Amino acid sequence: MNTEESKPTPLTAVHERLGASFTDFGGWWMPLRYGSDVAEHKAVRESAGIFDLSHMGEISVTGPDAGAFLDHALVGRLSAIEVGKAKYSLLCNEQGGVIDDLITYRLGADDFLVVPNAANTPAALAALRERTTGFDGEVFDVTIEDRTAATALIAVQGPASEAILLEVVAPESTDAVTSLRYYAIVDVVVNTPSGELPVKFARTGYTGEDGFEIYVDAQDDDGAAERLWTVLESAGQAHGLVPCGLASRDSLRLEAGMPLHGHELSEQIDPYSAGLGMVVALKSKEAFVGRDALAQIKENGPARKLVGLANDTKRAARPGYTVLHNGEPVGEVTSGAPSPTLGHAIALAFVSPDLTEPGTELEVDLRGKPTAFRVVELPFYKRAR
Amino acid sequence: MSAIDKVNKDYRYSAEHEWVDSSTPAKVGLSQIAVDALGDVVYVDLPEAGTTVTAGEVCGEVESTKSVSEIYSPVTGTVVEANDAVVDDPAMLNSDPYGQAWLFTVEVESEGELLTPEEYAAAQDDED
Repeated sequence: MNTEESKPTPLTAVHERLGASFTDFGGWWMPLRYGSDVAEHKAVRESAGIFDLSHMGEISVTGPDAGAFLDHALVGRLSAIEVGKAKYSLLCNEQGGVIDDLITYRLGADDFLVVPNAANTPAALAALRERTTGFDGEVFDVTIEDRTAATALIAVQGPASEAILLEVVAPESTDAVTSLRYYAIVDVVVNTPSGELPVKFARTGYTGEDGFEIYVDAQDDDGAAERLWTVLESAGQAHGLVPCGLASRDSLRLEAGMPLHGHELSEQIDPYSAGLGMVVALKSKEAFVGRDALAQIKENGPARKLVGLANDTKRAARPGYTVLHNGEPVGEVTSGAPSPTLGHAIALAFVSPDLTEPGTELEVDLRGKPTAFRVVELPFYKRAR
Repeated sequence: MSAIDKVNKDYRYSAEHEWVDSSTPAKVGLSQIAVDALGDVVYVDLPEAGTTVTAGEVCGEVESTKSVSEIYSPVTGTVVEANDAVVDDPAMLNSDPYGQAWLFTVEVESEGELLTPEEYAAAQDDED
């Protein structure tokens, strides 16, 4: 922990007032939990939670070639996104390893917003800038701008999210909120005591619940994020909204079977191993960075595959622990925790491709004690719709 | 909040965050500083009555949603009683680490290196 090197967000003072425990995450000074992380986790499953995600990166990609450029730089077909919609994609290196996983929003025909992970924002920016020159030496007509410091991001996640947000938006924005689909983004006006605040609502998240991520321009108005947080907190009170830290964010995403870069994804891990082959547009795109290596990996089949593991105890398998089959090492755990919703241990692990069938009996070496786990279907938790 | 506010002044502490009281047999527990760092505790593994524990050596485990941490015995001796209540309800450690959530009692033969509350708190502040 080093407060001198960790960057504050526009909401750090709010978290301090709420009594948060802090941690450095990706170079940012972030709330880990405000009280009980299990209680925060359960609030998101049962009512709603509010998260400061201002550490996430925001990269603006604009210009006449923006769509074509992103098709070249990322593994997906971003040029096919409709205006107002979003797509999950990967930024891969030439070897097919994942530099970052990111969400791209199309805000206009020539206007995209790319959202990388906090720790990977510098690497994502560098890769995108380098890729503005295509394979044929032609330079894409795009402007890439790092908007991270100028943008605050607040997430409201959980079944009560929509009801809470409807209480804070201006009457003319009501329809925009109720009709906003999953993986879509829209301009919304929020009413605050000091006037109207224009923001963007995206129906996205990292929790496995319905929810929203709210992008706030903090460039010329550094109090905007705090005003929005305050309005959301007071509107949310009657709905059971609680502030949530990164500890619950991690246990929520794990239950939802979502990968975390640095654990299930890295420059040494390809999308096929991580179960993300479907986001690689090998069929619809003839050329993009990493395509040759990815096509080869797909053809050969990955050397290991990501699976879900579970058992009936609370003894969790932690990142780095060895997975065993008949006493022989066959893989490694990447994430693991006692699941607050399910009440037993869950984990993500890379194992040999022949051991991925649900029901397969494996063991994890828990600090010298081989402990039974079985392969289960992902996600561990799926909300009722 | 500085570390001294999270320290019970009636106990002495090991550098590994265990507290020990002055009763006979002695009660052993985990400091609030350790518990706060762990987060919500979901599992506690304690030495059974009759087993021998050695100062500075691992004698159990505490697991939270975020991490797992070993319990080091602050003293050498024989365990008299393990606290079944905290095994049944590990969340007790988060709410009352210096009271109801004591871990085990020991018939003490010898002590490891123990710190006063002030020394222990100062060591934590140094780490920040």
